Amino acid sequence: MNDSPFPVIFALDALTGALFLLVGLGVVATRQVLASLQLFIAQSLLLSLSAALLGIALGSLHLIAVAAITVATKTVMIPWVLRRTVSAEVYRTREIDRVLNIPSSLLIAAVLIVLAYWIANPILSAVDAPFARINLPLGLAAIFLGVFTVVVRREAVPQLLGLLALENGVFFAGVAIVPDLPVIAELAAAVDVPVVALVVGLLTRRIYTQLGTTSVGQLASLRER
Amino acid sequence: MADRILYNILQIFVVIGFAPLVEGVTSRLKEVVQSKRGPSVFQPYRDLWKLLHKDEIVSEESSWIFRAAPYVAFAAPVFVALLIPVLTRYPLFFAFMADMLGAGFVLALGGFFTALAAVDTANPYGPMGASRTRMVGFLAEPVFIIVFLTVSFVAGSTIPYIVQVRWITPISNFFEPSHVLLMIAFLMLILAEDGRIPVDSPSGMFELAMIERSKSLEYSGRGAALVKWASAMKFFVLICVFLNVLVTPWGLASGMGLAEVLLAIPLVLVKIFVFILLLVCIECSLAKLRLFRITEFLGAALVISAVAMITRLSEI
Repeated sequence: MNDSPFPVIFALDALTGALFLLVGLGVVATRQVLASLQLFIAQSLLLSLSAALLGIALGSLHLIAVAAITVATKTVMIPWVLRRTVSAEVYRTREIDRVLNIPSSLLIAAVLIVLAYWIANPILSAVDAPFARINLPLGLAAIFLGVFTVVVRREAVPQLLGLLALENGVFFAGVAIVPDLPVIAELAAAVDVPVVALVVGLLTRRIYTQLGTTSVGQLASLRER
Repeated sequence: MADRILYNILQIFVVIGFAPLVEGVTSRLKEVVQSKRGPSVFQPYRDLWKLLHKDEIVSEESSWIFRAAPYVAFAAPVFVALLIPVLTRYPLFFAFMADMLGAGFVLALGGFFTALAAVDTANPYGPMGASRTRMVGFLAEPVFIIVFLTVSFVAGSTIPYIVQVRWITPISNFFEPSHVLLMIAFLMLILAEDGRIPVDSPSGMFELAMIERSKSLEYSGRGAALVKWASAMKFFVLICVFLNVLVTPWGLASGMGLAEVLLAIPLVLVKIFVFILLLVCIECSLAKLRLFRITEFLGAALVISAVAMITRLSEI
């Protein structure tokens, strides 16, 4: 811990990472749709905070730009798009349809986090970035949790949020490994991801008006009318 | 040596004396937040005084367990107060008698006896509350164990006095992810153990929904006073462990002078007051969980503590 050249920022980044992971667990486990959207906003804020901290520590303007873009797209645009396209009825749903119950999905999530650390260990010996020790395993864990959210949820909007949480995880790991992450990559994602959110939002709206539900898990099999 | 014994006994009297005050302040603040006036903060003292002067009625069908349980429940937090840092930064005379796990076992012993006593009277609500408390208890147990394991792994010791120094030297240790996660997990544990709102409603008067409170329905007079006092002290002791060992190990006396130790009393009370403010915010903004949702609440606490352990073991 104390061998780092920036002890304070290192500690703050570690704290941000821990909260990032905690919020990721929240996205897996919350019951309400609205709460999982708010948790996703919190996760994006933590991601941009981590990017800004790294930018300050490493003197990299790119990372600060990444932080600013993340705040603009993920905490403002995507929630706005989702709130506009998906009807308010969906956000009022309290009991979300899911494959596993909450305690067992949380336990599996804990196993996934262990797995993330286990996988990150050999990679860390190859990477020579000061903050990778924090960000890489936590980013990997967030990727796993995002995939797991998509698997375990059966509602359209929380599934999309799982996908976006996965993307947050990719960036969380990325900012540490590649300090001079090209802004163009982040800009591409910044345009791309809201479009994905818009498409999925419109699709959800369509499903909702057709079927009166957004439990896409029930759409797995065809049914004659 | 003599002053260490003296301070240790002083700690006990602080716990016994101020525990009802903490309860009174909590309920008063809660009422204020809900735009009511609420009872005086000294109401618990008056309740205890009144109960101690009333006759005690004991069912003929009950055994010695029913009569002994209030005393065991009262003695358990008093005993734990010997072991944990309430006022001082340095270990006192009895501090090495048992570690944090020992303190946990002693507290559990008190809970065990009140649960037995609730079953003993065959009052229909008592056994129900007792079995529910056991359910919450055994769900909370793994969280307790993981929190203690991680804490003692970090500090290399299970004595709380050594643990508290580890978190703040150097100060960057305070922001360690494992530390923050442990704090959250332990807070959830306190809410569950003390029957606070997401798990149980402390001011609820409906027997069918009670978890913690229905165990002492059958007591009257001195027994009721002791059980009430014991639950206030248990809460006080848990807050002391949370604040003085895990969260804010500041404001404790570091010198041996009596004045310094006496000064620590108001400082600790201020810390507890701030914690109560947080607790009241939690209590007033959440709804009570349904009984089988408690599994999810404590499951979340378990996963948070497990993540704390993982981040710690992988040396972040």
